[in-house]
Amino acid sequence: MNVVFYLLAALTIGGGLAAVLLKHLVHCALATTVAFAGLALLFLQLDAQFAGFAQILVYIGAVAILIVFAILLTRGSELPKDGVFSRTWFVGLVIAAGVFAVLAWAVLQSVRAVPQQTAVPAVTVHDIGNALVGRYVLPLEIVALLLTAATIGAVIVAMHEKERPR
Amino acid sequence: MATSPFFTNLDQIFILLRNWLVDFLPAALRPTAGVVLEVIAIVCIFPGLFALTTVFERKGLGRIQNRLGPNRVGPYGLFQPIADGIKSLTKEDIVPFSANMVVHFLAPLSLVVAVFMEFAVLPMGRNMVLVDLDAGLLYFFSMSAATELSVFMAGWSSRNKYSLLGAMRAVAQMISYEVVLLLSSVSVVMIAGSLSLTNIVAAQDSYTGIFPHWYIFTPWGLAGFVMYAIAATAETNRSPFDLPEGESELVAGYHTEYSGFKFALFFLGEYLAMFSISGLGTTLFLGGWSAPFSFLTFIPSWIWFFSKVMLSIFVFIWMRGTLPRLRQDQLMNFAWKFCLPYTLLNLIVTALWHFMGEGWMRWVVCTAILAAVYVFMGRVEMRSEHFGPRRYRYAE
Repeated sequence: MNVVFYLLAALTIGGGLAAVLLKHLVHCALATTVAFAGLALLFLQLDAQFAGFAQILVYIGAVAILIVFAILLTRGSELPKDGVFSRTWFVGLVIAAGVFAVLAWAVLQSVRAVPQQTAVPAVTVHDIGNALVGRYVLPLEIVALLLTAATIGAVIVAMHEKERPR
Repeated sequence: MATSPFFTNLDQIFILLRNWLVDFLPAALRPTAGVVLEVIAIVCIFPGLFALTTVFERKGLGRIQNRLGPNRVGPYGLFQPIADGIKSLTKEDIVPFSANMVVHFLAPLSLVVAVFMEFAVLPMGRNMVLVDLDAGLLYFFSMSAATELSVFMAGWSSRNKYSLLGAMRAVAQMISYEVVLLLSSVSVVMIAGSLSLTNIVAAQDSYTGIFPHWYIFTPWGLAGFVMYAIAATAETNRSPFDLPEGESELVAGYHTEYSGFKFALFFLGEYLAMFSISGLGTTLFLGGWSAPFSFLTFIPSWIWFFSKVMLSIFVFIWMRGTLPRLRQDQLMNFAWKFCLPYTLLNLIVTALWHFMGEGWMRWVVCTAILAAVYVFMGRVEMRSEHFGPRRYRYAE
């Protein structure tokens, strides 16, 4: 725990809060990107290069772009007149607190269950690659199949309908 | 081949210079000072190259279009970029009244910063790399993915329909071609067995007779390089893929509402992206800093790297002067219906190349597969495409 960690944590939490509290939808999307970047930097600070760069590539390069595209194409970028905050915000707060409590409990339990490691595990990108196509090849293939199915589904949804005679 | 100490020192001259400068400092500061010096070198050299390239581009395009190009400022117009720089620094910075101030201000900055970050992992000569990351290639692509968001920010925050249309076009195009760019580089990773760019260069730095083992001189490498070059041209929004900036339709695309120094930053970002993506292509397929013939290895490695990058830039300029602009539907069809399947096929061929082992058989088989599919896709598949004037669904 050092200064860098607290700075990055502040950046991530600040980005997340801004994503919830800002009024303009595109601003919220950009704030989410800041949170993503903070998470990626946290990964990098833990010396997890692969996870950190994959986080930037996938979340900033693809997910954030997808979000802004969705906002623009659905005309959600215009400010609604009657405020942007939901009236049932209390329920949302309770659900969020519940999820956070469960996750925090799980993390704290895992710390107790696994003995504290003193040595930093040296995991190279090479090892991750070997593990992905060796031990975890079945999950990888299942994910690949799922993504292919999703892509084909998206193509079918977007396909032009056959031109009918007028 | 034994080289004289003079050439060895010349090869390492920048490293020696850095060490000499750093030695003036106390030992505790040396590692930090070394990194700072390297960063300063990158931040100075590439904008300098950018200034030179703008002159060469204007002169080159001038020659292609049978005119002179800039020839008033300095000898042969060589000081033109200085004049342009001073002009853009002193121009008024106009921000549209309805623009989104913060995002409008941040967009050019984040673009240039992300592009500058890409240079950190490029090996520009023997031992000349800022950080030799284990996942260098992944780092490069994650940084170039971050530039897409800046383009969107610029287009959206300007509150201008041309800016927004240009940004949408740019982002759609960059996402489509990024898939091809990544997949064509994966074949190199498969053969080199590493994501580190220094290891990829080291894998190509050997010779058979006088000829180098560059990946472009293999069937899968040539196919991969062609796909990479096409995707790189589209990634950097260069002609013939410059629809996001199509002057006749969109004024200037996503940077329409930028003026003065912010516009200069976008201009700089575009050219730096060209340099970095050419540098990556050089590293992946053209042997990085290694010499093209074994008897030329005495010439310093950084000269080879920068020569290859500048040659790629020349090809960019040449294509800009030669090819007409594509249409949006052609651009997307080309990416998804030709480039993507062909790159995927190239991955399979690369695996085949790896598992067939040494020998001439793999050359024949891999070349035959790639050539046959290329001809099939070009001739047979394209026959079903209907060329001619397009019918627009919504404009009629």
